[in-house]
Amino acid sequence: MKLREIQEILSAEVLTEGADLDKQIKYAFAADLLSDVLALARGTGVQTLLITGIVHPQVIHASNIFDLGAIIFVRGKRPVEATLQSAIENQIPLLVTPYIMYEACGRLYQHGIKPSIAKVKNG
Amino acid sequence: MAEAEENIRFHGLFHIEGGDFTNAGAISSRVKKILKEAGLPGKIILRTSIAAFEAEMNVISYANQGNLSLFITPRFLKVVVKDEGIGIPDVDLAMSEGYSTANEKIRELGFGAGMGLSNIKKNTDEMILTSESGRGTHLEFIIYLDEQTKE
Repeated sequence: MKLREIQEILSAEVLTEGADLDKQIKYAFAADLLSDVLALARGTGVQTLLITGIVHPQVIHASNIFDLGAIIFVRGKRPVEATLQSAIENQIPLLVTPYIMYEACGRLYQHGIKPSIAKVKNG
Repeated sequence: MAEAEENIRFHGLFHIEGGDFTNAGAISSRVKKILKEAGLPGKIILRTSIAAFEAEMNVISYANQGNLSLFITPRFLKVVVKDEGIGIPDVDLAMSEGYSTANEKIRELGFGAGMGLSNIKKNTDEMILTSESGRGTHLEFIIYLDEQTKE
């Protein structure tokens, strides 16, 4: 679905002006640990949304590594200015939703957004 | 050194400042850009960038300072990360998944899950890690460009 539909489903605010809201998103990965993002979020790249509560600039660098499509911050968390600037430079749309992570994931799952990875090999 | 026999297409050296969490990931982003400009396959770029990101995070989290060298040859990519810092007292233990000595600051930023070194190993074809406790750490990894040349 389009990023703008995700924005509606999650009553989200777009933080990066001029972001491409027509971008197609098919997958999502949710984590508050960038270590987990680095270890697991792979393979789906530009069509993947990262759902996170991490608002530090490192989240943009980590997303950049995977060419992720967009980032949505949960629990109404707002990024620091450096994060916002880095996102604009790297053309990664940033959104913020008032929903908690569980609710945000549930709503998107109901609307057909698939996990970028469903389970780990040695879990 | 393997690269001495190889034709080095590119060599870059980047400084990493210990404790500079704000810029964490900046060097690996540059590495990724260089690999992209070199026209390398996406999968190779991804594996190298992930490993470089983890290595960069380790220097920022645990060392006073360090540097990352990137070598591109026609056959493989090699990354060497050297740092001056506390080092790793037990390399084998540090390599095991989930083992971490990260402090609160590192964890707050979403790192320190003890997955970094094993994630580097997972994404590379060869990895050498040596450390002298109290002095620093030396990490090298290689990613072959052609699966056929993998030994």
